[in-house]
Amino acid sequence: MERYWLIAATLCFLFSFAYTLYAVATGKFRSARINLLAMAAGFAAQTTFLYMRGQQDRSCPINTLFEVIIFLSWSIVLIYLLIGPAYHLSLMGAFTAPLVFFLNVIALVSPLNQNPHPKVLLNPWLEMHVALSLMAYGGFGLACIAGVMYLVQERQLKSGRPDTIFYHLPPISDLNVANGRLLRIGFVLLTLGLAAGFFLKLPVANAKFAVSLGIWAIYGIILLLRKTHSLAPRRMAALSIIVFILALVTLPAIQMLSVAVKR
Amino acid sequence: MNILCAGISHHTADVDIREKLAVPDHHMDAVLREVREIEGLSEAVVLSTCNRVEFYAASICPARAFEGLEKYLFNRTGIRAPLYFHDSPQSIRHLFRVASGIDSMVVGETEILGQVKQAYASAHGRGATARHLNKLFQHAFRAAKYVRTKTRITSGPVSVGSVAVDLAEKIFGQLTEKKVMILGAGDTSERTARSLQSRGVKSIIVSNRTFERAAALAEEIGGMAIHYENWHNIFPEVDILISSTSAPHPILTREKLAPLIKARDDRPLFIIDLAVPRDAEPELNELDSVFLYDIDSLQQIATQSLAVRQQEVLRCEQLVEEHVTEFLAWMRKLHGGYPAGAES
Repeated sequence: MERYWLIAATLCFLFSFAYTLYAVATGKFRSARINLLAMAAGFAAQTTFLYMRGQQDRSCPINTLFEVIIFLSWSIVLIYLLIGPAYHLSLMGAFTAPLVFFLNVIALVSPLNQNPHPKVLLNPWLEMHVALSLMAYGGFGLACIAGVMYLVQERQLKSGRPDTIFYHLPPISDLNVANGRLLRIGFVLLTLGLAAGFFLKLPVANAKFAVSLGIWAIYGIILLLRKTHSLAPRRMAALSIIVFILALVTLPAIQMLSVAVKR
Repeated sequence: MNILCAGISHHTADVDIREKLAVPDHHMDAVLREVREIEGLSEAVVLSTCNRVEFYAASICPARAFEGLEKYLFNRTGIRAPLYFHDSPQSIRHLFRVASGIDSMVVGETEILGQVKQAYASAHGRGATARHLNKLFQHAFRAAKYVRTKTRITSGPVSVGSVAVDLAEKIFGQLTEKKVMILGAGDTSERTARSLQSRGVKSIIVSNRTFERAAALAEEIGGMAIHYENWHNIFPEVDILISSTSAPHPILTREKLAPLIKARDDRPLFIIDLAVPRDAEPELNELDSVFLYDIDSLQQIATQSLAVRQQEVLRCEQLVEEHVTEFLAWMRKLHGGYPAGAES
């Protein structure tokens, strides 16, 4: 039953993306209201899915790679809904939708959900550690999206011949500011997540520890470079995209190493 | 009852005729009263803008009303203006087109709707309108809003000044805290600076080889003049640079600006080069956070927007037609099933 909620959420994200693409291409894009509603509907369906899953697991539903991917996609939408409209980042939903759609499809079509309800260790520090870390990834995911939007808008401005999308994208300065704030939100959440990890009485694989700390350090360095104006906003945007892809790629490895140690 | 429209516009008359027919605010009272005294004419609205002077009226006898109006205008101005006369339904269609911006000099401009609203309010306030024109103008406002929402008739900027403002807002967002520097006190740079000023830029600094010209322009636009030799010192604080000097070679070179840009802490710089020959080296656009636009690229964007608007005109006409049909249906219902003008 809960799978249908996930499919419904995925379809909402697909609709959000397809509608905005169509509206921008045909010049009918007026506001992001429909896009926002579709994202909110998808978020509600995904929340229902996670709630039902949590009831069955009797814990926060972040115990398998399948659940981790869904929780990550949920975190990205949550942060988007919290900050996107506040910063008038009207088209951010259109850029967020394909990413969360892609994550949901991976979770749905891959054989990751073979063991839906594993026995889990009930530990509030563990749940906090994983949940905060995944929400941090959500923040980094949105920083990556703001980075993509920055690069698109910069290209439009530098070309001297802006297209229709140019008029719907937020000002490039706002995108730069949003990118910085999202990186900071992600970094704070990741720091808290890692700190919660230190309260666990569980052994940690060296490789997992190194990868987690490495990602934390890279984001720390990016923020430092940003603060000292050592890198141009364009390079900062590109870095937030590259590092998020790197973090996303290492996520399954971190999850597998965690499961191996728990066993 | 018929709806009539008589007048001149930028399509039919030059400015020297339009200015003679124009009805200033302080004459509006008298003109509305005199027009309604014309035989066969009841309600009246006068729309007088820089691009058109039009009289809208309700009448039971169009031929006599047109004749009377023509005579009245000749007596008032002393000239035989090339007036156009529209009876229903063409008059209704014309007003809806005017209010929607389809008939404007710059297609899709939005100022006209405000002017139509003001003309109606002025006539209504003086008791010059009744059931027919009240309904007609309310319908015109609805039609104009509908056309703007459903089409791209107002999309994109269509003048160098508005393109510059749009680009500046897409670079900086709010312009209220931004500083503008004008290099070379030309007409286009002054107009562009004024457009930016209308969006609330914080301050404008003017620099010119002849200091007196810089000072005169600065005084006119409420800015500050500086000596040409000193513009480099102010440059790191500037967000928008408008250049239109008559220098025969580029004065804004990559070599000169690159070190100054480093001191700006990644703040974007928008360079508007209005000079021919150009003041800024094209290579400046390759620098991080620098956005360079010359006169050609600004004009190209304006032309592009205008082309988009022109393409939309056909769709707008179709939407206007729907509203004309709706209004005519209301007229028929009001007059017991007779088409407009059929009953006496």
